[in-house]
Amino acid sequence: MTLRTFGFDEFGFLLQALHWTLLLTVIALIGGGLLGFAVALARTSSVQAIRFAAGTYIQVIQGIPVLMILFLSYYGLSLAGFELPPLFAAGASMTIYTSGYLAEIWRGCIQAVPKQQWEASESLAMTRLQQYRYVVLPQAGRISLPPTVGFAVQVVKNTSITSIIGFVELARAGQLINNATFQPFRVFIAVAVLYFVVCYPLSQLSRWLERRLHA
Amino acid sequence: MSYTFQFGVVAQYQDEILTGIWLTIKLSVLSIILGSAAGVVLASMRSIQGGTVRFLVDAYVEIIRNTPFLVQLFIVYFGLPGLGLRVGADTAALIGMTINLAAYSTEIIRAGIEAVHKPQIEAGEALGFTRFQIYRHVVIVPAIAKVYPALCSQFVLMMLASSICSAISTHELAASAAFVESQTYRSFEIYIVVTLIYLALALALRAGLALVGMWLFGRRVARQAMTVLPEVPA
Repeated sequence: MTLRTFGFDEFGFLLQALHWTLLLTVIALIGGGLLGFAVALARTSSVQAIRFAAGTYIQVIQGIPVLMILFLSYYGLSLAGFELPPLFAAGASMTIYTSGYLAEIWRGCIQAVPKQQWEASESLAMTRLQQYRYVVLPQAGRISLPPTVGFAVQVVKNTSITSIIGFVELARAGQLINNATFQPFRVFIAVAVLYFVVCYPLSQLSRWLERRLHA
Repeated sequence: MSYTFQFGVVAQYQDEILTGIWLTIKLSVLSIILGSAAGVVLASMRSIQGGTVRFLVDAYVEIIRNTPFLVQLFIVYFGLPGLGLRVGADTAALIGMTINLAAYSTEIIRAGIEAVHKPQIEAGEALGFTRFQIYRHVVIVPAIAKVYPALCSQFVLMMLASSICSAISTHELAASAAFVESQTYRSFEIYIVVTLIYLALALALRAGLALVGMWLFGRRVARQAMTVLPEVPA
């Protein structure tokens, strides 16, 4: 029997797996974005108890490994009686992880809006909701773009951790191909190159946005 | 749902978990020392020498920062033997963590060096400092003091990321958890406990780094390093 070698078919398999990496990233950014936005608002709430709860949430998420979030959602979901494919556990854990970091990034952006803007809109008799909707969030959104894109790079990279529970994304596909071809150096360099091709443009975009914001 | 939690099982494997904690601490401390030292050297080289050196350092930083830690570990652990370099899982983990952290600390310290004001350097020249003295007292030490809080955050992230090393069979805390899980099938209990241990380790590491910061750079820097989340005014 001859071993398979790392050729076009194998590279095609990696490309297919890259789709799953990207899908998982999108799920994490949408889910984590929504949850993180809510937590960011809670962090800037006028009620102290809500601020404290949101702060604790962020501190806990940022103080534990992504791998543990993954295991807890994986085993937690099955404990709760759900027989779900790994995609759900992977999506849920990536969402929770993303929300903890985006919340803190966006909290900073909301507070970077000058205090006078709050006062001015208050003097126009705007309600708190209107202040957020028409004055604060549009400005905070502009500031938040560079760090959010930068954080997306972290999300893309950290989706690789879901391979540990058997979700077949890019890193897992690399392992599978390595098991069949036994050419680890080639295979994992190819995997790394694919990650780089996705992440590097995002990093550069984040930098460009940053420069434009301060220009 | 009728599931009875049994945390008592976890306590029976105390020694196993302590072994894991110990390796996690060892790997983290060593990689922090080696990685930040490499970061200081690389960031200095890139700021003193232009051209090829700068290009190579920048390329290294970008490659590491734009690929996953897990894949870097795979390349070190599975890939290097193919080139004739066989390393054990613990060594591979330490190499991977150091390579990773070196890139991030280079980037952070670079930002600190670039934030040093030029008149400060001129003032150093006016005082008759040698170039080395200027670099040491005016550029690199203030630069590190300035970015020390950011470095600390990166160190904590690295400690947390060391859990990923369990994927290449390094027997640190996450691997201990997986082992106990395989023995007892008490998955949720063990992972809750280990998650709390990581949380405690993260807080302890931050406190330890703040102490080091106090010793190296004084009280103000230490306080910044300690604040994970800034106090939010209403």
